[in-house]
Amino acid sequence: MTQSPAKKDDGKCELSLDVNGERKMVRVYPMQRLLDVLRHEFNLTGTKEGCGEGECGSCSVLIDGELVNSCLVPVLQAKGAAILTIEGLAAHEPARRLQQAFLECGGAQCGICTPGMILAAVHLLDKQAQPTLEDIREGLSGNLCRCTGYMQIFEAVLEAARRGTSA
Amino acid sequence: MRSDPSDYQLVAPGSLHAAVSLLAAEPGAWLPIAGGTDVMVQYAAGKLTARKLLSIWNLPELRQIEIVPDEIRIGAGCTYTDLRKHDVVPRDFPLLASAAQWTGGIANQNRGTIGGNIVNASPAADSLPALLVYDAELILVSARGERRLPYLGFHTGYKKMQLLPDELIRAICLPRKFSNYVPYARKVGARNAQAISKVCIAALGLLSSGAAGTPRIEDVRIALGSVAPVPLRLGETEKAVQGKVIDRALLTLARQTAIREISPIDDIRSTARYRATVAGNLIVEFLDRMGATPDPRADKLKDSGLKNGQSR
Repeated sequence: MTQSPAKKDDGKCELSLDVNGERKMVRVYPMQRLLDVLRHEFNLTGTKEGCGEGECGSCSVLIDGELVNSCLVPVLQAKGAAILTIEGLAAHEPARRLQQAFLECGGAQCGICTPGMILAAVHLLDKQAQPTLEDIREGLSGNLCRCTGYMQIFEAVLEAARRGTSA
Repeated sequence: MRSDPSDYQLVAPGSLHAAVSLLAAEPGAWLPIAGGTDVMVQYAAGKLTARKLLSIWNLPELRQIEIVPDEIRIGAGCTYTDLRKHDVVPRDFPLLASAAQWTGGIANQNRGTIGGNIVNASPAADSLPALLVYDAELILVSARGERRLPYLGFHTGYKKMQLLPDELIRAICLPRKFSNYVPYARKVGARNAQAISKVCIAALGLLSSGAAGTPRIEDVRIALGSVAPVPLRLGETEKAVQGKVIDRALLTLARQTAIREISPIDDIRSTARYRATVAGNLIVEFLDRMGATPDPRADKLKDSGLKNGQSR
């Protein structure tokens, strides 16, 4: 965030956020985008900015378990909420299965969409442990990928779901 | 140019009462923001002229769906996901549930609200034709009290509406009287998810259940998006086909009447000519399928988009 030093600080507010299970206090402008707060205040740069207008899903995070585009969330609206970013999924079992399946199926190429894809897939598997291909297409329909052509991503999610039941 | 967050105020009063009190204190000064799926896009583009924003996201008074015997009252702050997951909305109002499913992707459905869709007032909004055919009424609230008015006529011109500066939409009321109608909904656009419609339709039809003979159209309700400055109910077209037997001549009449009734434009998504052709095709498809469906209940959900819906 570029902020001119001359600019006064008085529009800022003190907020408590639960980020990846850790309670964090932060002093921010209420209209700062959650995306920018995650990246610049907390250094959680796994959340990417693609379009910045809610079309591409690169900035997907979970707020209280619900998939959202963090570029469209003013940080004040995340006050007190539990935010889960890609970094917070390191020890998350379904996410690990998804990561492995993405690697094996070629679900990631340039990688910009991958954190969002994983978050959307985690959200989907959380609601539906055994999604059909159609469910996966719909669950990931807000996440754009310009490398893979999507099929490898869908296969990776199907594979991760399969492994989830056999485990 | 991206907006500078230090130029903006955002407050979250936490209750509906506090929100309308703030609006009453300075009418027109505060722009309500719910899930931000429209407002934050303007903000990101540096096009948000309002500098004072009032968060009404997740206000409990706006996030409930109340069922009474003859109507359902949907809080204006309910998200598309709330509508899709509800146990009555997809069953009794399939046109609304399918529109919710076609709006954005899952992340936007988790944040976008039905009230926001109304006040954003895009003529292309997917859920608004459904509200028109279901005879929706709006409950508006302000510090002065509440008033209730029909949704038909709420939009008075492009992005203009009968909402005073100190008012919020509290709820959208839908009468529960259409459960035996054949629903028809379709979105024509680059893709269902994310892309904005080139043309969208919501329609309901009821065939006469008269003893012998060919069934006639007992009642029909048709609304289109993206064909006029406001979401449009096609009253003339409805009148033209009411009481008639569905045959080739009627389909032609319906198409011609509809094309006269709409006023589509050329824009980045499509052309006036394409929109007019598609609008006619959609109406013909709707009537044709209704005619081919002797029992209105048989194919009720066939094209409502619900077959893949989570809600079922």
